[in-house]
Parts: sequence; structure tokens; C-alpha cells
Amino acid sequence: MRNARTLAASWGRALGSAVLGAALGFAGAVPALADEVVVYSARSHYGQEPAMEAFTRKTGIQVRSHGGNSSELFERLRAEGDKTPADVLITVDAGNLWNAAQAGLLAKTDSPEIAANIPAHLRDPQNRWAALTVRARTIMYNTKKVKPQELSTYEALGDPKWKNRMCLRNSGHVYNQSLLATMIKRQGEPKVEAVVKGWVANHPTLINGDTKILESIAAGQCDVGITNTYYLARILAKDAAFPVAPFWANQQTTGTHVNVSGAGITAHAKNRANAVKLLEFLTSPEAQQMFADSNFEYPANPQAAANPILVKWGKFKQDDINVAAAGEFQAAATKLADRAGYK
Amino acid sequence: MLAVPIVVVVSSLLAPRAEVWRHLWQTQLGELLLNTLVLLAGVGGGTLLVGTLMAWLVVHYRFPGRDLFEWALILPLAVPAYVIGFAFLGLFEFAGPLQTSLRRAFGDSVRLPELRSGGGVTLMMTLVFYPYVYLLARSAFREQGSATLETARSLGRSRAQAFLAVTLPLARPSLAAGVALAMMEALGDFGTVATFGYRTLTEAVYRIWYGMFDRAGASQLAAVLLVFAAALLWIERRSRGRQRFAQRHRHGPEASPVALSGARAAAATAVCGVVLGLAFVLPVGQLTLWAARALAEGRVAPTFGALLVNTLGLAAVAALATCALAVTLAYALRLHPTPATRFAGRFASMGYALPGAVIAVGILLPLAALDRTLTAPVERWLGRPVGLLLTGSALGLIYAYVVRFLAVSLQTVEASLTRIPGSLDDAARALGVGASAALRRVHLPLLRGGLGTALVLVFVETMKEMPATLLLRPFGLNTLAIEVWERTSESMWEEAAVPALAIVLAGLAPVLFVIRWSRGAGGR
Repeated sequence: MRNARTLAASWGRALGSAVLGAALGFAGAVPALADEVVVYSARSHYGQEPAMEAFTRKTGIQVRSHGGNSSELFERLRAEGDKTPADVLITVDAGNLWNAAQAGLLAKTDSPEIAANIPAHLRDPQNRWAALTVRARTIMYNTKKVKPQELSTYEALGDPKWKNRMCLRNSGHVYNQSLLATMIKRQGEPKVEAVVKGWVANHPTLINGDTKILESIAAGQCDVGITNTYYLARILAKDAAFPVAPFWANQQTTGTHVNVSGAGITAHAKNRANAVKLLEFLTSPEAQQMFADSNFEYPANPQAAANPILVKWGKFKQDDINVAAAGEFQAAATKLADRAGYK
Repeated sequence: MLAVPIVVVVSSLLAPRAEVWRHLWQTQLGELLLNTLVLLAGVGGGTLLVGTLMAWLVVHYRFPGRDLFEWALILPLAVPAYVIGFAFLGLFEFAGPLQTSLRRAFGDSVRLPELRSGGGVTLMMTLVFYPYVYLLARSAFREQGSATLETARSLGRSRAQAFLAVTLPLARPSLAAGVALAMMEALGDFGTVATFGYRTLTEAVYRIWYGMFDRAGASQLAAVLLVFAAALLWIERRSRGRQRFAQRHRHGPEASPVALSGARAAAATAVCGVVLGLAFVLPVGQLTLWAARALAEGRVAPTFGALLVNTLGLAAVAALATCALAVTLAYALRLHPTPATRFAGRFASMGYALPGAVIAVGILLPLAALDRTLTAPVERWLGRPVGLLLTGSALGLIYAYVVRFLAVSLQTVEASLTRIPGSLDDAARALGVGASAALRRVHLPLLRGGLGTALVLVFVETMKEMPATLLLRPFGLNTLAIEVWERTSESMWEEAAVPALAIVLAGLAPVLFVIRWSRGAGGR
């Protein structure tokens, strides 16, 4: 009896909480205040971005950030349509920016300032998005076991001398899809498929995580691998003796593959003027310096200086193909990997 | 209402993405199906074996540490599969501390079996999902009381024979329910299989969605998952059989455990110890080590308190809402077991096997459409645009949790409800008590143990849930699981350990509570 009553009471409470929850939801739907800008950001896991705080200090415009994973922010933006509270979409990987632009979620923004700040191959040809940071994905090697002279290009990793000596990330990850996508844009599918089949024939150890790959190279499970450079920089910042170094791939040919994190203004932005101000600031040398200092990525604006750890690795030639190719050929790259047996 | 997301998924089949299917067929569909089946069989068999064995030992024997193991064996339930996955990889992979010291001691050729394999994934999932079977088996064994076992014994059967011939078949509905839950979890899991690079149907759903930007294709593959879920539920019903397992609340006093001594006692302790050590002590120890390092260096999210409050609040509301619905549904099935209600119950349970993100999209789309319809007249009236009311509200999120976790509570509640004899219903009727009063005064008190278990299961599940939360949560609302995911996706293991450990600890409190509660119910 008593139990039944307690249960009934707790159901009552549950109902109450649900109503309260709904009210909280309504609170989220209140139209935006005048002096703010609402950002959907897939970069949220880098913690508080100092550049956002600097923007508020400088302009008095509040930045409301909503974090999430790229694909999910995209779905949300699309479902919300013209009702979206988001003014700016910040996302990682050029493929996601391309996809958002393709779906009509991003508006064209012709700002001479942004155009001056960011090199052309790191911007949407139609100015719907621009890069904030550059991530180089290149060959990593164990400094005790491999001489840099043995390395040259991504393609050459298919050479039988690397049999059982290579660690690769699973093909399902977007970093590798982007690498393959830009290769497809340059060389066409048949050539790239042959390259990937060469990698697969070398029996690479597949590890789903760039940091894990670097640790495996250091521990001797494999001698070479392909990862983004900022993961290595993070490790080196803590352990300068870590026996792994980057090799700048394809310097004699197309240049090292780069990807970006970037931003665009949404098609239905309620605070468009503020959003433009935000993007102009985020691409400025001042904010770019903050990005460069906080996560070991390369600044997209060449006027900002990279972190000292990165400077030690020397300058390198970037693949200057427009990074939009990563999106354009991502589906093709995914299928190509499947056909080549790269899991 | 509950079927909406599932209908959205199924209806995606109306416009088949032939190209995607051809590609899958040519490259990997066979592998995906085989891997998924192998995983299901492994996790099903593994959890059945471990869960039943542990429950049997704990209920029927006394050995050193038994009182501790009795409740501690439930603890792995609080550890998300993706968390035990990254903790195990950290410890046992080639570059991990164990293999590194082994190589140092015995030379470079020493290698442990690769954890990134079907076997590794199965082991991880068995370790964290066996408590479903254990919990249900334990209460089933206990509710059987001593009389059934004594009868079998008096007919000259040994304890082991009596267990196989009587106890186990009588507990079949509970065992089947537990195994079905574990297998559905395994079916819908993405985090673990992705970390271990093991290709399953669910993993492919995400790969097609994110890699080929093809949500329709992904939904269609998710519809195949539904076929698996339906098959699982059907098998579970079949194994429950036509028999009615009604029992008076208990035959005789609670079975008094037999004291083990010597080598047998040591073996029992060792078996329980190994399971608990692998499934809980080891991963939590590793997390604690990481978390301590992160804490010492102050690398903790400044909003940690808010994360904790959000997580607990959402989980509590979801648990209550889901269980209220489960009791209503289960009771309706009992009162009016028509094909229609039965179908509704089964259909609603299938959400459990769907990947969270697929359910989330199945909710997001109709919710946004509903929002548009609702706000259009308001906007005309006000003459200015209003935002979205339901999309991105806590209500939408709770709705998603209910769809996803109804199976957990329905299975548990139903399993307990079937053990309440129908004669009690008739007696209540004869005394002139209506159906709802009978539920309140007769069934709910008897269901106490099962209902408590259901509440805790949903509570803990909700805390661990990540993909649906990510897509549907209100603006700016963050949870512990999301924090874990964000950190691990950037390989920040030490920072991820703090919220991961918080999920485990927050899950412990209700788990301990339900243990006391079910003990109270048993002691009456």
C-alpha cells in the first residue's frame, strides 16, 4: 500500500519534472538578444576558445556557443531550417563545410577582409566558408628506425619495403577520406585505387586514433604511419624525447595534404552583421595567433606565426588544391577504400 | 508515438538507395552481417554463461567474499562499454604499459593477442553487459525459493542436476530477457566497435552517414538492424515458450545457501574475483589513475558541476517516465493480450537495438515538422517569427530516451509480472477491485524488486547515452557522456577519465540503492 503511494507520488514528480523540462526547452527558444552571435561549433572540444573571449572583450558582442559533432550539427541545422538560432557554423574538416554549403545551409559572405586574411585554396570558391586553422596530415616515422631519406610520398608507402611496418587509421575516419579525396581530384580514381591497394598489400596495422598511432610508432609496433601533425606536437610538448618525427610528404610533387577547420555564416542567420564581424575577427592575425598558440594547428592566416614546436619542423609546401575537393570526392574516397579492401 | 522514429527509419526504405546497396553488396555486406552475427552470438553466450554462473554461485552457496560479490558483481553495469574499451586498450595494447614491460623482460618478440579484434570486442561487451543477466537471474533464483529445489533434491537429484533440470528452466523468462537486453545493446553499440575498428552493421550505418553524406542510405541500413532486433525479440518470446511461469510469490523460505569449503570455496571466490576484477576493478583503476593525473594538473572542465546536475536530472526523469510507461504497457498486455497490444509492445521495444543517432534523426525530423505546423499560426498572430519550441527542448530529448530504453524497463517489468499468478488478479476482481486499483494495490507492491531494477537500468543507461543526447539536447546543455566523447575523440584519455569516472560513480549510488530495496522486498 505504502509503496504504491510512494510510486504514485514519484510518477507525479516525474510529470512535474517533464513539464519543467519542457519549460527549460522553451527558454532555449527565446529569440536572440540584439548584441550576440550564436555559434554552432564542432571545435567545442578544444575547450574555451580564447579567440571567442577576445572577440567579446573587443566588441561587447556575446558569443553563445553550442558544441557538437560535425555531422550532428549539420543535421540539426538542416532540420531547424529558417528557424535556426545559429548564426555561424564552425566545423572541422573541409568535407563538412562543403557538405553544409552544398545543402544550402551557408550564405555567401563577400568580405574583402576575410579574402585578404585567408589564402584562396583555404576558402570556398563561392565564399560561403573560410578556414580558421590548417591541419597538415603527413608521414610520421620512428627516428630510431627510419631515415628520412627512405621516405618520399604517400604513394611510395605502397612499396614492399614497408611490409608489416606501417600503422594506418581506419578508412572510415574523415581525415583519411579527405586525404584520398584530394588525391582522387588530382590523379583520378584508378591511380589512387592502385596506391591504396599497395598500402593494403603491406598489411598495415589499423588503429583508430592518431595519438594511438604515434604511440605505436614510438613503441616499435610499426615504423611509419600517417597522422595529423598537431597530435605529435601535443605529445612533444610534454615529452620532448618522444622518438617520432614528421616527414613532409610529396614535397617534390603535389605538396603535403592539408585539411582545415573553418567557419561559415548560416543561410538564416538572425544576427548576420555580428556574424560577419566575428568571422572577420577570427581570421585576423590577432585571433589567428590565439588559434595557433592554443592547439598546435597551423594558423590559416599566413601572417600569424605557428607554435615554436611546429617552427622547428621547418616550412613545407602545402597541397594548394582547393580544400573543397575533400567534400566533393569524399563519398568516392569512402567507396574506393572499400573496393581496395582498406578497412 | 513511440513508433514514430522506427516508422521514419522503416519508411526510408520506400526510396531505396540502389547505389549504396550495390556498393555494400559488392564490398562488405557479407562481412558486416557475419561480424554482427558473431558478435551477437558471442555476447549472448558470454553474458548467459557469466551472468547465470555468478547468480547461481551467489544465491546458492556461501564462500569467502560472497556478501561482497553479491552486490559488487552488478557494478560493471555502471561502466559504459566505450569506457571499458578505451581503458583496456590503454592497458593492453602494444604500446601500453603491460606489453612494454613484457617486451623489456622477455625480448621484443613477446606479444599478447590483439585486442582490436572480434574476440576483443566480444570480451569488452560481455564484461559490461553480463550484469543484465546476473540481475535478472539472481532475482529469479531467489524468488524461486527453496521449495522447488528441495523437491528436486528429495527426488534424488544432485544440486547441479536440480539446477539444470529445475532452477534453470524455471528462470528461463528472466534469463532470456537478460540475454536479449545484452544482445540488443551489442547490436546498437557504436562507440566500442569504432574504437576497436570492428565492422558491424551499426558501424556501417555511421560510416555511410558521415563518410558518404548519405543519411537515407544510412537509415536503410538501420532498417536491417530492426530486422535483427525483431528476430531477437521473437527468439526471446519463443524461448519463454507457451508455459506460464506463474509462481506463488515464493515456494518456501529463501533458499539457504550451502557453505563451500576448501578448494571449492577458493574456486568460487576466484571466479567471481576474476570477473569483477576484469569488468570493474581494472578499468576503474586505470580511469582513477588517469583522472588523478588530470585533476592534479587542473585539467577539468570548469562546468563540471553543471554537467553532473544535468546528467543526473535527465537520467532521473527519463527513468521515471520510461518505467511508468513500461508498467502501463506491461499491465495492458496482461489484461488484454490481443494481437494488437502485443504487437505494439514488441514494436515499441525495438528502439533499443537502433543506434542512438538513428533514433535521434527519426525524432528530429518529425519534431521539427511538428514545430513548423504549430508555430505557423502563432507567427501569423504575433506578426513576428518565434523560435522552435519542441526541437532542441528537454521534452524531445526525454522522448528519445523513452523510445530507446523502453525495452530495458519493459523486459524487466514483464519478466517480474509474468511470475505473479493470474489467480491474484482474479481474487482482486472478486473482491470488487478495479483494474487500476489492482495494479496499485496488488501488482506494484509485488513488482517492487523488478521495478526497482528497471528504474536503475534506465537511469544508468540514460547517463551513458551519447549520440541521441548530442543531437537533441537543448541549447548549451552538456552531459558527462558528451564530455567523455569529446575528450576521447581528441585522444585526451586523462581528461576523459574524470567525467567517465563520474558516470561510473553516479551509477553506483542507484545500483546500491536497488540492492537494498530488493533485499527489503525479499525480506518481507
